[in-house]
Amino acid sequence: MTAMSFVYLAAILFAIGAAAVLLRRNAIVAFMGVELMLNAANLALVAFAHMYAELDGQIMAFFVLVVAAAEVVVGLAIIIALFRARQTISLDEPAELKG
Amino acid sequence: MQSLIWLAIAIPLASAAFLLLAGKRADAWGHWVGVVASSAAFLVGAGALLEMLGQDAANRATTVTLWEFIPGSDLSVSAGLLLDPLSITFVMLITFVGTLIHLYSVAYMEHDVARRRFFAYLNLFIAAMLLLVLADSYLLLFFGWEGVGLASYLLIGFWNFKDEYATAANKAFVVNRIGDIGLIIAMGMIFAAFGSLDFATVFAQAPEASTATLTGIGLALLLAACGKSAQFPLQSWLGDAMAGPTPVSALIHAATMVTAGVYLIVRSAPIYNGAPDAQLVVAVVGAITLLLGAFIGMAKDDIKKALAASTMSQIGYMMLAAGLGPIGYAFAIFHLVTHGFFKAGMFLGAGSVMHAMNDTVNMRRFGALRGVMVITWVTFGLGWLAILGVPPFSGYWSKDKIIEAAFVGEGWQPWVLGGAALVGAGMTAFYMSRLFFMTFHGKARWEDDMHPHESSALMTVPMMILAVGSAFLGLFLATGDKFTHFLEPVTGHAEHHDPVISIPVIIGLTLALVAVGTVLAWMRYGRADVPVEAPAGSLGTITARNDFFQDSVNRAVFQRPGQHLTRTLVYADATIVDGAVNKQARGWARLGEASRKLQTGQARSYAATMLVGVIVIALIIVVGGL
Repeated sequence: MTAMSFVYLAAILFAIGAAAVLLRRNAIVAFMGVELMLNAANLALVAFAHMYAELDGQIMAFFVLVVAAAEVVVGLAIIIALFRARQTISLDEPAELKG
Repeated sequence: MQSLIWLAIAIPLASAAFLLLAGKRADAWGHWVGVVASSAAFLVGAGALLEMLGQDAANRATTVTLWEFIPGSDLSVSAGLLLDPLSITFVMLITFVGTLIHLYSVAYMEHDVARRRFFAYLNLFIAAMLLLVLADSYLLLFFGWEGVGLASYLLIGFWNFKDEYATAANKAFVVNRIGDIGLIIAMGMIFAAFGSLDFATVFAQAPEASTATLTGIGLALLLAACGKSAQFPLQSWLGDAMAGPTPVSALIHAATMVTAGVYLIVRSAPIYNGAPDAQLVVAVVGAITLLLGAFIGMAKDDIKKALAASTMSQIGYMMLAAGLGPIGYAFAIFHLVTHGFFKAGMFLGAGSVMHAMNDTVNMRRFGALRGVMVITWVTFGLGWLAILGVPPFSGYWSKDKIIEAAFVGEGWQPWVLGGAALVGAGMTAFYMSRLFFMTFHGKARWEDDMHPHESSALMTVPMMILAVGSAFLGLFLATGDKFTHFLEPVTGHAEHHDPVISIPVIIGLTLALVAVGTVLAWMRYGRADVPVEAPAGSLGTITARNDFFQDSVNRAVFQRPGQHLTRTLVYADATIVDGAVNKQARGWARLGEASRKLQTGQARSYAATMLVGVIVIALIIVVGGL
C-alpha cells in the first residue's frame, strides 16, 4: 500500500463529492458533497506530505480544517435562511441572479 | 518726484476703490474725493515734468521699477514705469483735462443718484489710462489697455437701465475685444522674436529683426490701435458710445482713451521704422478714417454723434501722421494734445447746451443759443476755430503740419495721403461749422417748454480753461518747435523733407478749403432756415446718417456668417464628436446586454462552470508541463 493509493482514493472521493454538488438538488446533500471534496483535498495533502517527507502538506490540511469549520457555519446559515424564506432547500429554486 | 510717479496711478485707484466701497454715507461728499484724487495725480505728474525739464534732453527717460511681476528664467517680467517726454505728455494731458472734467462733472451729474459711483469709475479710468501710458513693457501696457476698456464700458453703460445704452456699452466692449486680440497676438510675436516684452529690450533689438517679423507685429499692433481708437474698420462703436454721460464722452471718447491707439503706434516707433509696409497701412487706415468720419459728421443731427464722428476723423489725422514715420510722430502727438483740449472743450460745451435744453441732442431743435449762453458760445467758438485750423488757434499749428508731412514722399503716396488730408480739412470746416451754426446761430427752433440758461460756474470754468488751451496751446508749443524738440528723444530726429508742393501753397489751399467749407455751412445752416424735421436727403446723406451702413455690413459679413459657423460647429460637435462617443458607448452597452445572458442564476450551473474551469487549468498545468 503506497502513498500513491491515498492520492487515488482522494481523487475518487473528490469526484464523488463533485458529482453530489452537480447532480443533487437538495442543498444539504450538495453541501455534504462540498465537505467531501474538501476532505478529499485534505487526504491528498497529507498523502503528498508523507510522500515527500515534508510537513507543509499537513500544515495546509489543518488550515483547510479550520476554514471548512467556518464555511460550514456560514453555509448552514444560508441554507436555513433559504428555507425560512422559501420553505424549500432546492438549489434550483432561487434564480434571482438570472440575467 | 519722478520716482514717486507711481502715486499718480495709485491715488486715483485707491480713490476709486474707496468710493465704490464707501457706500451711501459718502454720497454727499464722495465726488470731491474723486476731484482731489485726480488733482493729486496732476500735481505728481507736474512735479515729474518739472524735474524732467531740468534734465538734459538725452537723459530724460527714467525707468521706475516697481516689483518683479512674473519672475522666471525664460519669461521674466518686471512691473516698471517709464517716464520719458512721450509718457509725461500724456500724463499731463490726462490728468489736466481729467481734473477739469471731474470738476465739470460735479455740477453736470448733480442730480444723478449714482454720482459717487460715476466718480469712482472716472478715477478708475484715470488710473488705468496713466498705467497704459506709463508702462515700460507691453504686458503692463496691456493691463492699462484693458483697464480703460473696462472703465469705458462701465461709463458708456452708466445709465444702463435704458436697454439701448446697455447695448451700446456691450457693442463698445465687443468691438474693443477684436482689437485686444490684435495686441495679444502682437505681444506673442514680439516675445517670440525678441524674448522680452520690455520696451527697452525690444526696441534695442528691433533694427536687427527681419522686415517680415516687424511688418507682422506692426499690423497686429495696428489692429489693436484700430479697436481702441475707432479706426476703420473697427470704428462702429464710437458713435454709439455717446450713450455715456457727456463728461465721459469728453474725457474718454474724445481726449484720452481713443487716442491710446495713436500712443501705441508712436511708442512702437522702432518697430514701425523697420516695416515700411505696415507704416503705409497705418497711414492709409488713417486717411480712410479721416474722410469717413468727416463724411459721417456732415450728416448727423445728434450733436454728440456729430462730435464723435469728428473725433474719429481727427484721430484719423493722427494715425495718418503716425504712419508717416519719424516726420509724423511728433505731429501726431502734437495734434493729439491740441485735439484733447479743443475737443474736450467742445464736448463740455455740448454738455452745457444739453443741460440747458433738457438733454435734447437734436441740433435741429437748437439754434440762436448764442444769446442765452454767451460763455458756452464763446468757449465752443474757440474750440471751433481751433479744429478748423484757423491761425493762430491751436489746431492750425498741429493739423497743418500733418497735412504738410502727408505731402512728403515719392510716387503716388504724397498725392493720395496729402490729398485726403487736404480734402478732410475742408470737410472738417463744413461739418464743424454746420454744428456750430445749427446750435448757436440762426433762428430758435426750441420745443415749447424750453428755457435755456447758462450753466453754473463749476461747468463754465473748466470750459473756459479748455478754451484758453484751444486758443493758445498750439501757438505756445509750436513756437521754436518746442514740442517737437521735447519729443525728439522718443520719436527720433527727422530730417527736413520738402513736400511735393511747396508749403505756402499747401497752407493757402488748406485755408481756402476751410473758408469754402465754412461759407457753405453758413449759407445752408446759418443764414437759411434749418427745417425742424430732417429732410429725406440724398443717397450720400442717408449713407452718412447710417454710418456707411457699418452695422448692417458687420451683421451681414461677420455676425451672420459667424452665427452660421458656430451653428455648423455645434451640429458637427453633436453628430461627429459626440456621435462617435455615444455610438461607442452604445456598443459597450449592447455587449453588456449580450453578456447578461450568460448568467443563468442556477447555482449548480455556476458550480459546474467552476469545475470545468478547474479541470481545464489542471489539464493545462499537467499536459503543458508547466
